[in-house]
Amino acid sequence: MAAPDVVWKGGRFGSTSRPDRWWISPSLVFLGFGAFIVYATWAAFQNGYYTYGPYISPFYSPEIFGSSPHALLGGKPHWFPSFLPFSPALFILWIPGGFRLTCYYYRGAYYKAFWADPPACAVGEPRKVYLGERSFPLILQNFHRNFLRLSYLVWAFLVYDAVRAFFFPDGFGIGVGTIVLVINVVLLAGYIFGCHAFRHLVGGSLRQISDYPARQKLYECVSCLNGQHKKWAWASLFWVGFSDIYVRLCSMGIWHDWRLL
Amino acid sequence: MATQATFRIWRGDPSGGKFQDFVTPVDEGMVVLDAVHRVQAEQAPDLAVRWNCKAGKCGSCSAEINGMPKLMCMTRLSNLNLEMPVIIEPMHAFPVIRDLVTDVSWNFEVKKTIRKFKPRSPDAPDGAWRMQQADVERVQEFRKCIECFLCQDVCHVLRDHHKQDEFIGPRYLVYAAALEMHPLDTEDRVSDLKKKHNIGYCNITTCCRQVCPESITITENAIIPLKERVVDRFFDPLKQLFNII
Ligand code: SF4
Ligand code: SF4
Ligand code: FES
Ligand code: FES
Repeated sequence: MAAPDVVWKGGRFGSTSRPDRWWISPSLVFLGFGAFIVYATWAAFQNGYYTYGPYISPFYSPEIFGSSPHALLGGKPHWFPSFLPFSPALFILWIPGGFRLTCYYYRGAYYKAFWADPPACAVGEPRKVYLGERSFPLILQNFHRNFLRLSYLVWAFLVYDAVRAFFFPDGFGIGVGTIVLVINVVLLAGYIFGCHAFRHLVGGSLRQISDYPARQKLYECVSCLNGQHKKWAWASLFWVGFSDIYVRLCSMGIWHDWRLL
Repeated sequence: MATQATFRIWRGDPSGGKFQDFVTPVDEGMVVLDAVHRVQAEQAPDLAVRWNCKAGKCGSCSAEINGMPKLMCMTRLSNLNLEMPVIIEPMHAFPVIRDLVTDVSWNFEVKKTIRKFKPRSPDAPDGAWRMQQADVERVQEFRKCIECFLCQDVCHVLRDHHKQDEFIGPRYLVYAAALEMHPLDTEDRVSDLKKKHNIGYCNITTCCRQVCPESITITENAIIPLKERVVDRFFDPLKQLFNII
């Protein structure tokens, strides 16, 4: 369909008639997401202070190779190239990282905040060329559901960690850290199981869902979480970062882990 | 509430135009369209503005108010800051006919490119079909569309990148979703959506959903599920092989 000729052709970066403070929301996303990326990258390379008592930081779990008692397959493997920095987080963090990076909500948010495409609704853009998600590299966003499939597994390990956080060397107990890790898996569940791809896979793809009553029920639950996906995304992002900080500071002896039981 | 306000209205034609300020009395309960009509009645009888229902149902009075696509008849003056001039422009993504009136006929041409509803054969000998409410619910949301084209106007793929010749825009993704999700329909539009209608241009900014006067959850309920159908077909060998979730 031929494009009609319009009066407003040469919009400049930031040009808009909006008098409101449209830049606040993308700036907050930039700061929030940016701060998390910087912290998570730093924390991932520390290779230390990631366990405390029965707790393990979610950035380091599942710990496939590592020196803590949580490690599944023992210490640093001999084949690991010596010139690369080693950290158990590097084996695992690409999964939640890729999952969030390809999440539909985050995509819309960071295209605005980090790439000004557009800076905000009805605000002019800096670039004339636009490829969108239909060609390389952004066409790779279509693999989001594979990160989702891996995230089920990672989440299951974090549930296991949360359960283990009830078992201290002196027996069953509840510490503040236990609660931190339990909240973490609850928030992550709200985020992962409210995923748009999950919603599609459990039932959204069906034309006649009433033929499958169980899937219909599941679809309704997922849709309910999905309606608040943005809130789950931010709450779980904040909390997973905080969980790492909590374990780290306890492990460094800066914070004291109060035992409630 | 202020007793008078300034309306900065764009006046012009396809060759261009400029803003003109009109100061006019305002009363309790007025909407932007009322103010425009008052300006037209008292100060600028040649001001072009399109409207029909004044009830947010015909989709004719679409314009941009303070930079955001909105229906003039549904935008209350009490929700605007009348200390500053209220800026009223025609939709930027469509050709101007005159003043606030745009030519939206491109949309109707796009609609023709979408494969039509193709129902399965009737369920009963009398030619009737049976549907469950649970199966039509999703589609009912999309049927609320009044074709105001505010979503098309705000979409940066059309508005800033002028991809009208490649991309059908959110309104027609909603339309395609209404057909694709219809329990009786048997047509397949997934390849078209990827190759011909270029759904991949949408980068899920949610601007379309934010301006929809019918509160249709355009991005999350229509566009993303269609993108997921494209993924099913073109990017997910695992699902095709093992039917896993
Ligand atoms: S979400 Fe997609 S279709 Fe809607 S305005 Fe943004 S880019 Fe356009
Ligand atoms: S989807 Fe909403 S914004 Fe778009 S044309 Fe329909 S009613 Fe208007
Ligand atoms: S869409 Fe956000 S996690 Fe999948
Ligand atoms: S006049 Fe009909 S929608 Fe505004």
